[in-house]
Amino acid sequence: MSDFEPRITAFVCNWCTYTGADLAGTSRLHMASNVRLIRLPCTGRIDPLFIIKAFERGADGVIVSGCHPADCHYTSGNYHARRRFAVFHDFMEFMGIDPRRMTFSWVSASEGAKWKDVVNETVANVRALGPFDAYRALAPEAVETWPADPGTAAAVPAASGGGEAR
Amino acid sequence: MSEATMTQAPEYVGVADLRRIARELLEAGDVRVVIGWENGRRGARPVFVTDPAAADRLIFDTRCVHNLVTYLNPRRDHVQELGRIGLVVKGCDVKAVAGLLREKQIDPGDVVLIGVRCGGVLEENELPAPLALTEANVAPRCYGCDIREPEHVDHIVGESQPEPPRPIMTIDDRVAQLDALPLEERWAFWTEQFSKCVRCYACRQVCPLCICERCIVEKTQPQWIEPSSHPRGNFSWNVTRALHLAGRCVDCGECERFCPVGIPLSLVNRKLQHIVRDRYDYVVSEDPEKPAPIGDYRLDDQQEFIK
Repeated sequence: MSDFEPRITAFVCNWCTYTGADLAGTSRLHMASNVRLIRLPCTGRIDPLFIIKAFERGADGVIVSGCHPADCHYTSGNYHARRRFAVFHDFMEFMGIDPRRMTFSWVSASEGAKWKDVVNETVANVRALGPFDAYRALAPEAVETWPADPGTAAAVPAASGGGEAR
Repeated sequence: MSEATMTQAPEYVGVADLRRIARELLEAGDVRVVIGWENGRRGARPVFVTDPAAADRLIFDTRCVHNLVTYLNPRRDHVQELGRIGLVVKGCDVKAVAGLLREKQIDPGDVVLIGVRCGGVLEENELPAPLALTEANVAPRCYGCDIREPEHVDHIVGESQPEPPRPIMTIDDRVAQLDALPLEERWAFWTEQFSKCVRCYACRQVCPLCICERCIVEKTQPQWIEPSSHPRGNFSWNVTRALHLAGRCVDCGECERFCPVGIPLSLVNRKLQHIVRDRYDYVVSEDPEKPAPIGDYRLDDQQEFIK
């Protein structure tokens, strides 16, 4: 599985994590390129069904990230999301999905470096777990609708390394 | 089951009161219909009584497994068209009424509740006569039920009842067995169970708390849940149904009882009850004033799973 490149879908809130990821980019932080961002107004907008859908469409792992508690642009969206995803997290484990395929994090607009760590850790976790073939096996004949392969293996640093500004 | 265990249950003492209250409510015009149970050809079954003279058809015994609160579900507007409803409810059913009240789906004035003191029901209701409950025939959900005496009702009938017997295998035991399995085996178990699903949506139709006028599974633009009956869409549907009832499910077990292919939905529902109990100290209640855990929050909620 040396050439396995995890496909990670990240659902992020507009106000904190998206801006934080933007900061990581403008700061030239070096991080794995396996993540595709989906920007939403708030973590409170993220339905657990989005995550199911991501797995259906071939994601090997998922990140959900938004504003820290007390920082929500809409006052309480992240508090509602916290409960929803706590239940979802425990329930998915009961269903037999490895929780390491799902990363939940708070990343503020100033935490570009934290976003880099979240991405690299998630990619390393999912890389270790391997492709989510168990989910794909539910519909083996299905056509995967996923954009072209994320970067070449060479462009992706080892999860432990990287991070220095170039 | 041996003959010795097939003892008939003693007659339920409150039945005369139940019939009298129903008759009086109908005669006074307080309600237009009383929904309860009657003797049918294949055992106890729901009945709609609109004529005071027919109130004597009402019964209550250990075969009355149905959660009649499903008739209060706002999706069933043809029932509401009948007029004000008198509803016969067991303790577990009162929790479902509380769920509808809590979510402002019905007004307290829409319904007159006739509570029955219940000591548990049978797993199998299609019997010519009620059986006394034993560990072999009791509905597993009755074990651990905390309502012997419904409080949030307008009338109450029956004598005080004993605790239901402990079934040979409780739902909690079965959930614990699954919890003890490695992830891959749980995944194999659930995907196999869900692969049986024929997407008849009986679980949704019978549920007193599946209240959406238009279910997400029927939305096509975009199509969130694949409608054909294959394992991937089935997984998505069953997970979504369960999550939509997280912290709301009252454990009446109707979804599992109605499932034509025998998916153990009570295990799914019970696990979600454990999750909200462990995380938010929430136990489903017959008090409509107590907020449900999803849709509510505390500033110091657990977040050990969040980086």
